[in-house]
Amino acid sequence: MELVCPAGSLPALKAAVDEGADVVYLGLRDGTNARHFAGLNFTPQRIAEATRYAHERGAQVFMAINTYAGESHFGRWQSAVDQAVDLGADALIIADVGVLEHAARHWPEIPRHLSVQASATTPEALNFYHRHFGIRRAVLPRVLSLQQVRAVARHSPVELEVFGFGSLCIMAEGRCQLSSHVTGQSPNTAGVCSPASHVRWERTGQGRLVSRLNDVMIDAFQPDERAGYPTLCKGRFLTHGRLHHALEEPTSLNTSGILPELRALGIKAVKIEGRQRSPAYTAAVTRVWRRALDTLERAPDDFQLDPQDQQVLSRLSEGSQTTLGAWTRKWQ
Amino acid sequence: MRLSLGPILYFWDRATVFDFYQQAADWPVDRICLGEAVCSKRRELGPGDWLDLARMLTDTGKEVVLSSLALIEARSEIATLRRLCDAGLCLEANDYSAVALAEEKGLPFVGGSGLNLYNHRSISVLHRAGMFAWVPPLEMSGEQLARICQSGLPVETELFAFGRMPLAWSARCFAARAHDRAKDDCGFVCGDYPDGLAMQTREAEDFLIINGIQTQSNHCLDLLPHLEPIREMGVETLRLSPQSRHMPEIVNFWARGIRESLPGNIPADWLIGPPADGYWLGSAGMEHSGEGATH
Repeated sequence: MELVCPAGSLPALKAAVDEGADVVYLGLRDGTNARHFAGLNFTPQRIAEATRYAHERGAQVFMAINTYAGESHFGRWQSAVDQAVDLGADALIIADVGVLEHAARHWPEIPRHLSVQASATTPEALNFYHRHFGIRRAVLPRVLSLQQVRAVARHSPVELEVFGFGSLCIMAEGRCQLSSHVTGQSPNTAGVCSPASHVRWERTGQGRLVSRLNDVMIDAFQPDERAGYPTLCKGRFLTHGRLHHALEEPTSLNTSGILPELRALGIKAVKIEGRQRSPAYTAAVTRVWRRALDTLERAPDDFQLDPQDQQVLSRLSEGSQTTLGAWTRKWQ
Repeated sequence: MRLSLGPILYFWDRATVFDFYQQAADWPVDRICLGEAVCSKRRELGPGDWLDLARMLTDTGKEVVLSSLALIEARSEIATLRRLCDAGLCLEANDYSAVALAEEKGLPFVGGSGLNLYNHRSISVLHRAGMFAWVPPLEMSGEQLARICQSGLPVETELFAFGRMPLAWSARCFAARAHDRAKDDCGFVCGDYPDGLAMQTREAEDFLIINGIQTQSNHCLDLLPHLEPIREMGVETLRLSPQSRHMPEIVNFWARGIRESLPGNIPADWLIGPPADGYWLGSAGMEHSGEGATH
């Protein structure tokens, strides 16, 4: 299986390549990709440099152009595709049907991968994208159980990539408007979720720390509690007067426990989430996953993640805990 | 401009659903979307029941569209979708599995708001696949929609104009979670909430609505105050999303608004949440410009 790692900066890309990533994915410094955070991502010059660094060391670079293109700025997405080709990207990760059409028509020789943001959950949906745009690969949404992925894999017309580790979107990707409902900025069109520009921290009585997103209280923490970033779906809310993580707890996805099954299904690649994280994070996670995939190849039947590596992943996770998410029915 | 009735997004019992559509047969709506669009476990009505309702409503002169499940995960759900397609009626495709099947069967379809059509090029691609009407994403602003309409669309625009806004879908059932149950053992608790289960912030402010695997706004989208610009940009159809109370009054109020060009204010006590029109004005969806009713 290919190891596909995130890079939000050139140092992160170098870390990923040095630690054994087969592929690094990245995006331009604008809203054409789903991690449009301040100070993150690449200018075209940096992408050229990044691509050279990766190619010289036998790694590939995929470019994420995976937000939805608004009518008035469609040209920006077109130009991102054209630039990616010029800069030597090995594949384009796209969600928008109009952008896919542009890429397929003008650059048929550059592989197109269907972004997780397209939320294609069935072989039928994959057939549609394959039929119209000749996609080579699709990244599966994090809403499917292992049994369901097995069914998709059996009939998929394209290669499949799944998420291995990182922040967990609990909503079907590309189908969540919670962030724009509260802040006006959405993952789909602006490439941000729960944007930092709308976050406010308040210190109240007895050292209590309150987090707000555009004035809506997402959570509050006692001095002895670890305060997490106010991602909308991971706050504490009331249902029937009971306070709890009504949608999801702060946690990260970790599918290392089912790697043998994923391999048996013929999954082509595992993706690590986290372009917004530091180069140190990228290095540590890439190192662990490189080791895991190599061990898996050597002995697929009795694979187990090294306990120390498991600890590394837990330490780097949201809320210091990991989950298999929708892969298990129990989570659902 | 015409009115359409969106699918019932909540889990109502069989008798309530039949009664609702008996009434709707007499309402001034032109198009009615039928079917379960949220959770495949809800089976108060089977495919046969929906087709019976479709026949009844077609006989009273309504245009009937069968809405597909918004998030398809299991093979059994694809099998249900195939049966719906075999009925030969128009489909509302709420994901790309449904788009694919409709195209393969040569079935005309409405592209639901979940297809993420944000530009006229995407709309053209789906038009070639058989789409005859599209529903813009909830989060699209009036300004963006006007630009798309100006591009000379080959399809009809059906705008979600009234009701609680469906905002997100998950593999997880949050109604079951609120009751400490697993989805596989949900006991159909969502049936206890005819307009969804309220989720509040720690400050006890109403915030979102849990409807099984779907999360909705607590706010009630109401675009009636913006009727004239909507008409001018060429929107053909306005979709009203069903709620358990005051639906006949709301439909009639909208119909009169369209007929007499009265942007009007929907009486506050008919709304199940505070009004909002933020998306339309290009800001946060939960915001309200104050041009409509107050709650």
